[in-house]
Amino acid sequence: MPQRTPSQTVGPYLHLGLTQGAFGAPEVFGPVVADAGLPGTHIRIEGRVLDGEGVPLPDALIETWQADDKGRYAHPADGRPLASNSFRGFGRCPTDKEGIFRFATIKPGPVPGPRDSTQAPHINVSVLARGVLKRLPTRIYFAGDPANAADPILALVPADRRDTLIAKPDPAKPGLFRFDIRLQGKDETVFFDA
Amino acid sequence: MNDIYSRTGNAADPPSLSPDYRSTVLRAPTRPLVLIPQTLSEITGPIYGHADVLPGEADLTKQHAGEPQGERIIVQGRVLDEAGRAVPNTLVEIWQCNAAGRYIHETDQHPAPLDPNFTGAGRVVTDERGHYQFTTIKPGAYPWRNHPNAWRPAHIHLSLFGPSFLTRLVTQMYFPGDPLFPFDPIFNSVTDARARARMICRFDLETTRPEWALGYIFDIVLRGPAATPPDSD
Repeated sequence: MPQRTPSQTVGPYLHLGLTQGAFGAPEVFGPVVADAGLPGTHIRIEGRVLDGEGVPLPDALIETWQADDKGRYAHPADGRPLASNSFRGFGRCPTDKEGIFRFATIKPGPVPGPRDSTQAPHINVSVLARGVLKRLPTRIYFAGDPANAADPILALVPADRRDTLIAKPDPAKPGLFRFDIRLQGKDETVFFDA
Repeated sequence: MNDIYSRTGNAADPPSLSPDYRSTVLRAPTRPLVLIPQTLSEITGPIYGHADVLPGEADLTKQHAGEPQGERIIVQGRVLDEAGRAVPNTLVEIWQCNAAGRYIHETDQHPAPLDPNFTGAGRVVTDERGHYQFTTIKPGAYPWRNHPNAWRPAHIHLSLFGPSFLTRLVTQMYFPGDPLFPFDPIFNSVTDARARARMICRFDLETTRPEWALGYIFDIVLRGPAATPPDSD
């Protein structure tokens, strides 16, 4: 049987190949995951990616994968029909010089979990960057969602680290959630092995 | 809950912390990864295919008015999973420096010439058999500041989705016999020599087009299915 091709870093010039439009190609994905007309609660997510000394990464790429407002994924392994063909569920945003990424999307609905459980609304995240040799998977959950308490994945995370996976509403900006990603140090973000 | 995707092949990947590649030191997680089951969130993933890519995007030598400088090459191969099955209709994004070892990127300050006829980025989608092909210029080696007199071996970056969030792969394709291999901490971040060899394409005379371009084959293997557990009774 063939064996896996190993992962390598995206390197510092990731924008050339992974930021669409950089070479004139039509953009089919980017930081806007949901069109304005899509059903659901429209939100924005903004955060910074920080290294072990708290220095922002200007050369990281955040990718997101999420369900629609009813918790359905645009993928045959889900199979439930979607309300809109325009929703594909994928987002990608490089960090800027201050290490900031910004997405515009909808809050996903609860998603089926293992053994008839239900997963709380969440967005699946990959962190890629110069100096990151393999994809770092994490998740964004939403502060105040009562479903978090019964989420089967959060339950696997040590209690004192769960807060690193919770996006917080910005009190000054309605609809904006803040979610920083810390690769190391105090409050290091939880990354998953699936 | 049984795994849908194999975990054993993950051993081919480099560790996140590979101190000879200095940028990993402050960017590799220090806490253990949290082991989780493969839920609907993991076994689904973005699907992008032929409708999202224009036919010309697979030829990096024809994106400008003139011909780029350098050695024209054809790279082709198949995208497979660990069970040997083709991965059809999956998006492959590619990017690279030019023949002189320079990227069109504001942070690349290597004093080698830019090529007005070469951008160094393209996209291609695998066909029903998992096959892909693109035409480009052989990239040059270039210096970087990881350590004194550090040079990257010639490489092309490739990014693939595959059928799920778990099959996502970003890698680099290297060229056979590169004298810089022993000195490159990114290539050598993959600790198993056999796994490193799977990042090196091979020259192929059949792919080579007479009077036009050298041909290379590079098969890419994504994460595949977990072994089926034996029936219990």
